[in-house]
Amino acid sequence: MKVVLENLTKRFPSRSKKGPDVTAVDHFNFEIPDGQLIGLLGPSGCGKSTTLNLISGLETPTEGRILFGEEDVTNLPPEERGVGLVFQNYALYPHLTVEENIIFPLQNLKGDKKMTKEAMHQKAVETAKLVQIDQLMERKPKELSGGQQQRVAIARALVKIPRVLLLDEPLSNLDARLRLQTREELRRIQRETGVTTIFVTHDQEEAMSISDLIIVMKDGLVHQIGKPQDVYDEPVNLFVAQFLGTPQINVFGGEIRGGKVYIGNEAVMDAEGKTDRKVWVGIRPEGFIPDPEGPFTCDMDRVEVMGRDVSVVSTHPEMTGRCVRSIVSSENRFEPGQETVKFRLKPNKVFLFDRESEERV
Amino acid sequence: MKKKNNLKAWLYLLPAILFLGVFMLYPLVDVCIYSLEENFHFVSQKYSGVGLENFRHVLTDPYFAAALRNTLVLVVITVPVSTGLSLLIALGLSSLQKVKKLFQTIYFLPYVTNTLAVGLVFWLLFRNTEYTDGLISSLITMLGGEPINFIEGTYWQKMLVTCLYTIWIVMPFKILILTSALASVNQDYYKAARVDGASSARIFRKITLPMISPTVFYLIITGFIGAFKAYSDEVALFGTNLNVAGMNTIVGYVYDMLYSDSGGYPGYAAAAALLLFGIVFTITYVNLRFSRNKVQYM
Repeated sequence: MKVVLENLTKRFPSRSKKGPDVTAVDHFNFEIPDGQLIGLLGPSGCGKSTTLNLISGLETPTEGRILFGEEDVTNLPPEERGVGLVFQNYALYPHLTVEENIIFPLQNLKGDKKMTKEAMHQKAVETAKLVQIDQLMERKPKELSGGQQQRVAIARALVKIPRVLLLDEPLSNLDARLRLQTREELRRIQRETGVTTIFVTHDQEEAMSISDLIIVMKDGLVHQIGKPQDVYDEPVNLFVAQFLGTPQINVFGGEIRGGKVYIGNEAVMDAEGKTDRKVWVGIRPEGFIPDPEGPFTCDMDRVEVMGRDVSVVSTHPEMTGRCVRSIVSSENRFEPGQETVKFRLKPNKVFLFDRESEERV
Repeated sequence: MKKKNNLKAWLYLLPAILFLGVFMLYPLVDVCIYSLEENFHFVSQKYSGVGLENFRHVLTDPYFAAALRNTLVLVVITVPVSTGLSLLIALGLSSLQKVKKLFQTIYFLPYVTNTLAVGLVFWLLFRNTEYTDGLISSLITMLGGEPINFIEGTYWQKMLVTCLYTIWIVMPFKILILTSALASVNQDYYKAARVDGASSARIFRKITLPMISPTVFYLIITGFIGAFKAYSDEVALFGTNLNVAGMNTIVGYVYDMLYSDSGGYPGYAAAAALLLFGIVFTITYVNLRFSRNKVQYM
């Protein structure tokens, strides 16, 4: 089921009486293709959860439309939309067993959709098998681990075979190791069921690793939509460039002058055909190549050995962060006591952003 | 080292132990002793023998029987009605947004109002005097009925007023507790249930009620205990001579046996008090057993 968002806007009244309305989601336009896994990504407060609530029907939009396939669901209450929703804290009913939790949505079906007890049990077991919790059907939620609880929550959301599956920060309550496992699991379940799935996260790594498409949001606005690698390789503005990637992109104050990019007094690379202006120069950590003849000089701070790679931590007067972090192959050797380090830059790892608008040049 | 710590612990506990010993344990034991001393006389501090005569007397005393019946009627009517009504009001309150605080205050007023003041209000509502028939009676007359003097009327008329009074006075506390219990239920459960397509009735039955069941259970138990201890409400409505009004309660009977004109029988009073304790204990125990599988402690 494809999901179409048309001019989707949600404004909340301000907390103070006279203050302006808060726009949580601002004219969101996008068509989510059928059967894909979409990562809705952004810092907290960017409107991603509100977007999810709008799609689920828990919130009604101030403006705009939502379509599932060809059907306009904007004014449908959540129960008639056929969505499955997994909450950040799972919201499993603590007094019901795993099976009762999973069956709950089926018991709400009315009319000709009504199921017999046997059929409901069958369906619950089937769904539990899919998420591999069929051994735990008699347990209460508090007798389960975090990861198991989450599987139950996913099973409960899937049991009705929703048209769209929505997950709000599905992995944030899990510990680091479990998070890695679970995100693979999420990917597998999504593939097996083929349900169009949208999940919200503030963790860019999580979004990049499993999504077919990521949507980067900030302050209610969609900044960029694309395949994870494309967004990483071609960020449209400084925010997207900074939000994606660990370690973070290094940003320097710089200038385009006479077809060259200057950081400080050094012309670090060519910028053919670009008009002269002040810019932010973003360089991905993997964009540095140590080269004694290189054009870009940094003050050496320390070298962190990570095995396959080496992280060179240095400083530069024009940098905006606390340090310049570059990741280079461990074949490079650095002398102890070396005071400066010189780099060549990989042009496809360097992005230029207008100093004022912060848009990509 | 361990012994020293133990000593310290006892030292810290001493004030509480002393207090509880003097004001709780000693009287408890004393009541038990009183209840077994036959024909105890206050002035001479003498008794004729030890046995169950006091209990036999109390159990065959028609005044005790009347008090017991009144108390049971009160309990059976007021506890379920007041708890149910409070739950309805609390549900209503928690779905209100703007005037919630105002209504909360209004509903809480009876709690801070003096029992006797409330009694006066009920007099104005239900009692016939030379000047007025009482508000309710006046209303009945207006609608074409005969005026009823509830306070001095038939047994069930009096009982009706008593039940209304008790329900009215115990509800604020229950509403307060239930409102906070409802507020403490995580909203995500409701959201999840709505997305899952559950109707309001089903959400209430399957989610809200189990979630607040410990609170409801607590209110039922304390409600039972409170209703069995009824006395001051009856005094506020009918004065201290409850036997004449036929509205005496067990606690009233205990009081009568001790202090009133017919008093001076600490043995009977102690026996009646212990019987009351036995009833309350049994009911609480049954409640606990019965609810073990129904109440969900998260």
